[in-house]
Amino acid sequence: MADTHAETVLFVRDTMLPQKEPPLSTVGPLGWARGNLFSGWLNSIITIVAFLFVVNLIAHLLPWFISGTWNANSLTDCRDMMAAAGREQGGACWGVIRERWPQLMFGFYPSELYWRPVLVLVLLFVALAPILFADRTPTKMLGFTMLFPFIGAWLLWGGTIWNPITALLGFVIGYFVFTFLSRVVNAGISLFLAAIAAFVWWSVLSGYVVSGLSAIAPLAIHSVQSREFGGFLLSITIGVTAIMFSLPIGILLALGRRSDLPLVKALCVGFIEFIRGVPLITLLFVASTLLNIFLPPGTNFDIILRVMIMTTLFASAYMAEVVRGGLAALGKGQYEGADSLGLDYWQAQRLIVMPQALKISIPGIVSTFIGVFKDTTLVSIISMFDPLGLANAIRADANWNGIYWELFIFIGAVFFIFCFSMSRYSMYLERKLQTGHR
Amino acid sequence: MTTFTDPPAESFKLSMLVYDTRYRSITFQILALVAVLLLFGWLTMNTAQNLNDLGKEPSFGFLGESAGYDINQRLIDYSSQSTHLRAAFVGLLNTLLVAAMGCATATVIGVIVGVLRLSGNWLVARLMTVYVEIFRNVPVLMWIVLCMAILIEAMPAPSAFRGDNPDATMKLFDTIAITNRGVYIPEPLFSRSLGNLHIGTAFDISINLLAILFVLGVSLWIARDITRRANAKQEATGLRPRTWHTRLAVIVLPTAILLAFLGFHLGYPELKGFNFAGGTYMRNSLIALWLALSLYTAAFIAEIVRAGILAISTGQTEAAAALGLRGNRIMSLVVLPQAMRVIIPPLISQYLNLTKNSSLAIAVGYMDITGTLMGITLNQTGRELETVLLGMLVYLTISLIISGVMNWYNNRVKLVER
Repeated sequence: MADTHAETVLFVRDTMLPQKEPPLSTVGPLGWARGNLFSGWLNSIITIVAFLFVVNLIAHLLPWFISGTWNANSLTDCRDMMAAAGREQGGACWGVIRERWPQLMFGFYPSELYWRPVLVLVLLFVALAPILFADRTPTKMLGFTMLFPFIGAWLLWGGTIWNPITALLGFVIGYFVFTFLSRVVNAGISLFLAAIAAFVWWSVLSGYVVSGLSAIAPLAIHSVQSREFGGFLLSITIGVTAIMFSLPIGILLALGRRSDLPLVKALCVGFIEFIRGVPLITLLFVASTLLNIFLPPGTNFDIILRVMIMTTLFASAYMAEVVRGGLAALGKGQYEGADSLGLDYWQAQRLIVMPQALKISIPGIVSTFIGVFKDTTLVSIISMFDPLGLANAIRADANWNGIYWELFIFIGAVFFIFCFSMSRYSMYLERKLQTGHR
Repeated sequence: MTTFTDPPAESFKLSMLVYDTRYRSITFQILALVAVLLLFGWLTMNTAQNLNDLGKEPSFGFLGESAGYDINQRLIDYSSQSTHLRAAFVGLLNTLLVAAMGCATATVIGVIVGVLRLSGNWLVARLMTVYVEIFRNVPVLMWIVLCMAILIEAMPAPSAFRGDNPDATMKLFDTIAITNRGVYIPEPLFSRSLGNLHIGTAFDISINLLAILFVLGVSLWIARDITRRANAKQEATGLRPRTWHTRLAVIVLPTAILLAFLGFHLGYPELKGFNFAGGTYMRNSLIALWLALSLYTAAFIAEIVRAGILAISTGQTEAAAALGLRGNRIMSLVVLPQAMRVIIPPLISQYLNLTKNSSLAIAVGYMDITGTLMGITLNQTGRELETVLLGMLVYLTISLIISGVMNWYNNRVKLVER
């Protein structure tokens, strides 16, 4: 057959032709531009309009941005300098950032003690490292992460060293009670009793212990009042606390909401829906005006602490919904598999359910974190001096009356850096934990 | 030979409350209930004790008293002689006003940005990404304060509009004046009034407005009916009658005739003395809040729209194209109905967020319910407990209504599976 075919056909190609180069108009920068910028007349018009917009924006902003001065000490001073330099368009008065830098960073924190918040920030990153990059840091560093809240709080507020130590002892006591009891009774009950033991230690006993120990060994550093906190120090303190505590509380609430116990479920649903139904600002009003009414007469506890508690509760309710979404996304087989292995409820949650559910909900968790950090600016409304509160104060100052772009660009940029890096980190984490096939 | 013995009769032992899974859950719940009741009892006792010490009796009687303060932004009649309750109601309407305006603009901007982020045009897609990232990663309160600062500091004073060669001019064919005191836009006026409708003693509603709404509603209903008939005809014969001109006429003509009958015209703002007069005056606080909330929420809505469109697999588009549908038909008949299912629930929770964020109005002095009830009324009457609780209740009600709507929608569009 093949022979007859060869006889009837005059020419048979027995080698492949070499590939031709693609036409010039579809490769290189030109081809890219044709495909992505000028693929039709409508697209071309849009591209040109957008291009003109960008050029216009840069032409207006860039000179203003770089021709500004860092030296002026007041707005009039700055305008005089601009006029003297012959800049008709004017330039940015970055002087306000330079002059108010310590305030924007630390608020009214005593200036000779600035090293303490700075040290806490450095320690914060050290403490975060084993959580953020678990595979590249030694596991032993987690011990430091556990200690960090106590060290950080002590460095920030100062006072006697026995305060953080006794607070830490509460956890130690709770831990020992838990390990002792969990051999005897079920994990849930021993957790409950351990919490009660720790609570009794904190609320009743620790006060005497602190005063006793301070009398024996007065180890203390200069203490700083909460009202002296301000600027990004305040935002980060409140934000980090709320972020740190909202995740565990949110997980518990989510488990409660999915629980089989109708009463526990009702309590969790009620709490979550109530918190999510009201704006944060009303909760801050509760913190600033009502909490003193709800607590025993004469209790007067710190405003920052009150705000932290409210922000944490607020964030936990949102976190609970995010985690619940993750739990709902898990197949029923996972729960049944855990049951068939003979794991009890808490073991199943810890070993099987949570690692998967939390992985699914990473984007939601991180965007809740970002939301919480942004929401710390609301404390400026109950007259605390976070960066926005300070910006209002600076704009009311006679020297800087009328300035706004420079201040808000600076504050916005700092917030942007924090929030944007958080969202990028969550993307990195998602990629790292990706185990499925795509 | 085996003997069967009955299992020993189980007697209830106290330790079973802890060890027996049948009883353990009940034990837990009773413990939790007792703990919660104790907590609430403790809080109530403290509250009673504290209020007693302060000499305050919890009561809502203050709501009936004269408020004694003025509210510059209001939708219904209000004077300083009115009651605190009415002040709170004015505040509530202001909250709803800015929330409705914000939701509308945020949706429009968000949808446009979301679609453009998916556009094949590289430059536009990048620009939209920059917009979304900048607005999402900076606190909304800063946007509100910044918008307010720009309006106050960078806009011309009314006096700049005066003279033969003024520094500032009105925009859009001399109809809109943007000043540092606020924006003046043309206002709708009627030369013939049908009078007012009194509801109780509290509210007056213009009959003109009701008449227009009624006529518009009827026209829309008729227009829908025309579409339905056209659909039925298409089903029966396969040919779709051309209906757009009759529908347009049905919608526009009756309302236009009614407006002409009522003598509808626009009142333009004019510079009189030191300020503008005439026209509708939109305060800086309202505009700043509206702009900031819309731009901020639009960034989130854009992401939702983008995710919704991306969630529809390309197979759907390709299948629709294989059926011979054209681009816009593919979008409206195949992609959008499915994308909506993904988009609407998070969209509604963004509306909810916007409504809650509108409580930040207090930062720029816009008199919403936070500013009236939980602001000035609280300060004047000193009733923190009642005002804050009432305010929370109002927000909670709004939230529950919105999430009720969302659940209703979710149930309606839910995929019916086996």
